[in-house]
Amino acid sequence: MSALKLKKGASSHSAYNLRPTFSDAEERHTLAVIVDNEPGVLARVIGLFSGRGYNIDSLTVAEVDHTGHMSRITIVTTGTPQIIEQIKAQLGRIVVVHDVHDLTVEGRTVERELALLRVTGTGDKRVEALRLADIFRANVVDSTLDSFVFEITGTSEKVDAFADLMRPLGLEEIARTGVAALSRGT
Amino acid sequence: MTRQMTGAKMVVQALKDQGVDVVFGYPGGAVLPIYDEIFQQNDIRHILVRHEQGAVHAAEGYARSTGKPGVVLVTSGPGATNAVTGLTDALMDSIPLIVLTGQVPTFMIGSDAFQEADTVGITRPCTKHNWLVKETERLAQTIHEAFHVATSGRPGPVLVDIPKDVQFASAKYLEPAQTKTSHYQPQTNGDIDTITELVEALEQAERPVFYTGGGVINSGDEASALLRELVDATGIPITSTLMGLGCYPASGKNWLGMLGMHGLYEANMAMHDCDLMINIGARFDDRITGRLDAFSPGSQRAHIDIDPSSINKVIRTDFPIVGDVKEVLRQMLSVWKDRGAKVKREAIQNWWGRIEEWKKINCLAFTQTGKTIKPQHAVHRLEELTKGHDRYICTEVGQHQMWAAQYLGFEHPNRWMTSGGLGTMGYGFPASIGVQVAHPEALVINVAGEASWLMNMQEMGTAVQYRLPVKQFILNNERLGMVRQWQELLHGERYSHSWSDALPDFVKLAEAFGAKGIQCSDPADLDDAIMEMVNYDGPVIFDCLVEKHENCFPMIPSGKAHNEMLLGENASTADAIDAGGGVLV
Repeated sequence: MSALKLKKGASSHSAYNLRPTFSDAEERHTLAVIVDNEPGVLARVIGLFSGRGYNIDSLTVAEVDHTGHMSRITIVTTGTPQIIEQIKAQLGRIVVVHDVHDLTVEGRTVERELALLRVTGTGDKRVEALRLADIFRANVVDSTLDSFVFEITGTSEKVDAFADLMRPLGLEEIARTGVAALSRGT
Repeated sequence: MTRQMTGAKMVVQALKDQGVDVVFGYPGGAVLPIYDEIFQQNDIRHILVRHEQGAVHAAEGYARSTGKPGVVLVTSGPGATNAVTGLTDALMDSIPLIVLTGQVPTFMIGSDAFQEADTVGITRPCTKHNWLVKETERLAQTIHEAFHVATSGRPGPVLVDIPKDVQFASAKYLEPAQTKTSHYQPQTNGDIDTITELVEALEQAERPVFYTGGGVINSGDEASALLRELVDATGIPITSTLMGLGCYPASGKNWLGMLGMHGLYEANMAMHDCDLMINIGARFDDRITGRLDAFSPGSQRAHIDIDPSSINKVIRTDFPIVGDVKEVLRQMLSVWKDRGAKVKREAIQNWWGRIEEWKKINCLAFTQTGKTIKPQHAVHRLEELTKGHDRYICTEVGQHQMWAAQYLGFEHPNRWMTSGGLGTMGYGFPASIGVQVAHPEALVINVAGEASWLMNMQEMGTAVQYRLPVKQFILNNERLGMVRQWQELLHGERYSHSWSDALPDFVKLAEAFGAKGIQCSDPADLDDAIMEMVNYDGPVIFDCLVEKHENCFPMIPSGKAHNEMLLGENASTADAIDAGGGVLV
């Protein structure tokens, strides 16, 4: 067998530098993960995402079945179709995970997020903030002479839009819950 | 029947009820109540190791050579952290282990108590699952669940962290049959439609190959038997990963040898040129695939794996089959027989013709000349002189590991224990101890390099104390051979820190522990020295002084394809790797 004639300086790869040839287009998916509500379960899910380099755009978690000790984790993530498949398979193999639903592919869903925004200002800006809040159906849940706290519920896009409008009007602080999602009735 | 007992007694009772006969461990403050219970019974044997890493590797050796889960008992804090390498090793190689760790009392958790560590936090990413048991009422059930999780689906290590007050307190003991059924029930049967499609593809294939892995071994003896039946029924070639050696006999007529970075020429060429690749229980590891965009360009791929996350992870699969290897093989054979299926005889004959041409390259050829022992020669002689024995082989990690995989033949599963995924230097010696504990009458050999072996050499104490006649066959080149080889090929022959200037006298070292030491440096003495090792009734350190600068071939250089292998002797290694390759691993 003769020596390999490999061109010097040709594109070199390490065996570790193995980039899959799968499609690169990224997609946004909302996953609902049903888990045992036990200590450490959130750490397992988050550790999976950080350990394997997956994205978390949003994550919410709360107990949904008190007697059965089950929690629902809603994760919004982005990745190539192959990565999304991996995320689902990797989540599914965590022992305390009962079910993984990809709401994005399982049919139509309702997605909602709640946000609280404190907006400070007086005069025209204060009036304008209140007027816009009315248009967005945001509620005033706290008020002083120079500030409001608004509560808004809607899709992440709606919350984004409202926050963008509030920024020049004196938005001081915002708290968001992240997305909760459910598939629609059939 | 329910019985009231302390948590410590519950641990021992649960192990007995799970059929455990041996535990590898090391005592400490937080597990003293359990050790007290171990002292007061005779059903479970405890092997005292000299370091907790050794306990985990020994349990791995026990598990891999028996097919049963290995059990480890260590204390809190450093006991648990020392187990982390072994846990990661077992996770990567899918080895079922139950590791029990002591923990500071529940009311002291979080107070930075003496020998406290967040064991479940530290081990969460390196176990299949873990539990911190805070109530004695839940202890028995948790241990039973731990055995279920470790051994079901894709096997792996689990850990149960038991605070000391939970060990002292009493509660009702639940037997395995009394505990509630786990919701964790992985799918074992494959999808019959996909299996049928695969059989149809196999009937049409002109250049098919079986690519098998550790999943066949993990699935049990039956899986290996069914695999042999399928290979015989179809007559197509079979290769295996490092982890799967022994699932098909090395003497079998369809055997191509190991594939991968240091695999055989004919195996890698068959993988590259095949038109149907049937992956059974392997996972397209980077040491197998080489460059992905040049991996087996013309083939359809089937992938049989019990872990859905393995499928389409790195290689897109045309026939994805999730299931236990033995169940899927049984289904596949039954479809094959029901259809009266036949392969394309003429095409397969031509395929074998090409393979025979590749075999003529004789990629493992070496020449033993002069007064220095070639490492390949040492392993080859070891094979010739011991292949008739009831033999189990362990290895450390590096060149010697690859030579052992290349030159030793395995006829049966569970005879080959090596750290494949994690590549843990220091694995082989403690693993050989675990194997010998499980098989007291067998010939257990650890093929080692001197550098790897020194990483867990403290286990000599264990081997001597329990009279375990493990044979430590050290290929001593006074180098970190594989590191040295990569430095030669990739880093301009700058041998940065890849040798030791202060190696021990291994014969004296053996004698210091009360074992036998043999040194051999002359090829003429080698056979006699090996036989002296084999025939000695006790642990032996065999210091085999070998050629210091030998490279391990064949080799698929970094980032190259299966058909771009470097071969021994005539290969010019200077041109092998692109200049830019040096910056990558």
